[in-house]
Amino acid sequence: MNMAAEEKKSDGAVPTVPAIETEPLITARNVDVFYADKQALNGITLDIPANKVTSLIGPSGCGKTTFLRCINRMNDLIDICRVEGEIKIGGQDIYDPKVDVVSLRAQVGMVFQKPNPFPKSIFENVAYGPRIHHLVKSKGELKDVVERSLSKAGLLEEVHDRLDDPGTGLSGGQQQRLCIARAIAVEPKVILMDEPCSALDPIATARIEELIDELRENYTIVIVTHSMQQAARVSQQTAFFHMGNLVEAGKTEQIFTTPQDPRTESYITGRIG
Amino acid sequence: MTDFTVKTPALKRRHAAEKRFQWYGLGSIIIALGFLLLMVGSITIKGIGAFTQTRVALEIELPSNEFNLNDLKATNYGAIVKKALRNAFPDVTKRRDKRKLYGLVSPYASFELQKMVIEDPALIGKTTKIWFVASDDVDMYIKGNVDTSIDEKSRKFSDKQIAWVEEIQKKGDLEKVFNSGFFTGGDSREPELAGILSAFMGSALSLSVCFLLSFPIGIFAAIYLEEFAKKNRWSALIEININNLAAVPSIVFGLLGLAVFLNVFGLPRSSPLVGGMVLSLMTLPTIIIASRASLRAVPPSIREAALGIGASQVQAAFHHVVPLALPGMLTGAIVGMARALGDTAPLLMIGMVAFIVDIPTGVLDKATALPVQIFLWADSPERGFMEKTSAAILVLLVFLVLMNLVAIILRRKFEQRF
Ligand SMILES: Nc1ncnc2c1ncn2[C@@H]1O[C@H](COP(=O)(O)OP(=O)(O)OP(=O)(O)O)[C@@H](O)[C@H]1O
Ligand SMILES: [Mg+2]
Repeated sequence: MNMAAEEKKSDGAVPTVPAIETEPLITARNVDVFYADKQALNGITLDIPANKVTSLIGPSGCGKTTFLRCINRMNDLIDICRVEGEIKIGGQDIYDPKVDVVSLRAQVGMVFQKPNPFPKSIFENVAYGPRIHHLVKSKGELKDVVERSLSKAGLLEEVHDRLDDPGTGLSGGQQQRLCIARAIAVEPKVILMDEPCSALDPIATARIEELIDELRENYTIVIVTHSMQQAARVSQQTAFFHMGNLVEAGKTEQIFTTPQDPRTESYITGRIG
Repeated sequence: MTDFTVKTPALKRRHAAEKRFQWYGLGSIIIALGFLLLMVGSITIKGIGAFTQTRVALEIELPSNEFNLNDLKATNYGAIVKKALRNAFPDVTKRRDKRKLYGLVSPYASFELQKMVIEDPALIGKTTKIWFVASDDVDMYIKGNVDTSIDEKSRKFSDKQIAWVEEIQKKGDLEKVFNSGFFTGGDSREPELAGILSAFMGSALSLSVCFLLSFPIGIFAAIYLEEFAKKNRWSALIEININNLAAVPSIVFGLLGLAVFLNVFGLPRSSPLVGGMVLSLMTLPTIIIASRASLRAVPPSIREAALGIGASQVQAAFHHVVPLALPGMLTGAIVGMARALGDTAPLLMIGMVAFIVDIPTGVLDKATALPVQIFLWADSPERGFMEKTSAAILVLLVFLVLMNLVAIILRRKFEQRF
């Protein structure tokens, strides 16, 4: 499979880029990712439009998380992980040595697959980001930011009277919403969400989906989901991954109504997965 | 319907295995506790005597013609004490017997008297009853450590001396008091005067130096290796070396200290500074290994959470990972320090084995350490040093328990749930 990737690059063919009307904010070109010698992504080429929701779907282990983590260079943390190819955000190559990962990650926030609140109070969890980035000038302002973020994530109502309780004492779904609040508190441009609703009940899921829809106005969102319905409901663009390859990407209605690739069709109709 | 009360033979075997394992565990704990009790108990029984001291009272005459008020130190106080003893037992006349009689009080009695007179010159010209520290022989006899059934010739404390002591006791001029001198004095050639404070201070100062050096260096090394260093051949090599260093016998570090700290750097011999430096060489690997283990135990998702919202690596490490790992690091440090507290070999190499009477007050003073003091006393022939040895071990154990207590308190304070 390595050879196939090599060939694709060497023959110099322009990779096919799905057409989307708006200017793409994030562009990935021929992205290969290796964990040690094992290739996890093969030449991914994808445009992610600004102020839209892009969902990444595909069977377990196909590389959705891996791709998502490339966008804010979270993979740098894994020693054995190697990323090749080019990813640009707003025209700037994020793997350029001049890029400062700290400022990159401040603008490309992430919500992880497993909720991972800090073992601190609910307030501290949300306040940490604004504080380290010096986004607020006073305690009052910080409190406003925390409450605004919590209410956007649909959690404020449940926790407003116990902001000083530990964040780890919340239920799994509440923890995930806390992590979303934590991510939006630093006001990033892009939010990467890795299965944010996998631990949530339908009501909380609906609230998060509403939130995603609201956030779309100001943010660019990439969401990994295992729920076809969710992808169809919240996203404008969908990309289907299969065994490390990007099989197909395009407008969500088009992917779900007239998929071009037979693998896409069998996945969305529930025959592989 | 299924019957949940049926016990198949296989299930019975499983339950039996479980029971058996619990009994094994309980048995091991009981055996361990038993040995601990045996050790602490026997040391306590042997050492408890060192916390009391026998004193005898003498009618001391201080004739004014023997004192020069401008120089109170010039008087021969020893002679005054001896005279008081002779007056108490007028029928002792033979030279040999007199020497035995003088041996009832400690040689320190003359200094005690001198101190008293200098503090209160009004005593001069009067006859006063004054309490003195009894000699170790009397002390041992009073504490029942002299076996009177054996032949007089083969024991140090003669029948005559026994008779005198009984007479003094009958007069009510003999008492057993709390031996505060043991906790406030330095070492001495006389067992009744030997105190633990100089060794205790020596240990405390050395351990302070050791902690101040090895804890920061150890945890910074661990944080760097675990959180920042790239995992490659070099870091693997360093890791192997640190693990090996942790197993190096401590005397080797003592030799290193002798060669480097004393001979090359010219630091003062026998000082707690050098002692602490040598001990920190020894504790560093332990602290680094324990700290790395506790850093590794922090879930990586915490790091990702911090980095994911744009914390720098240093911020992620110091705001989130280190606080969670701190209790474990402290435990490691205390384990290392406890080992350092009990170690003698490296201190022998750098000369902390000297006979130290003065209480060290700074890290550059000459000092010895608790385990070395225990070794020195255990090696002394006098019977009185035997209980001092056990008492010193008790002090060492209490020191250890206190250290662990501090660690537990600190751990409670810093502990956070994941
Ligand atoms: N840290 C890692 N080290 C080694 N291999 C990894 C690592 N992370 C992921 N992989 C491998 O990369 C491939 C893609 O994994 P990835 O986590 O991206 O899948 P995914 O699409 O997110 O799956 P899921 O839907 O189950 O979350 C898998 O084969 C996985 O085994
Ligand atoms: Mg995943």
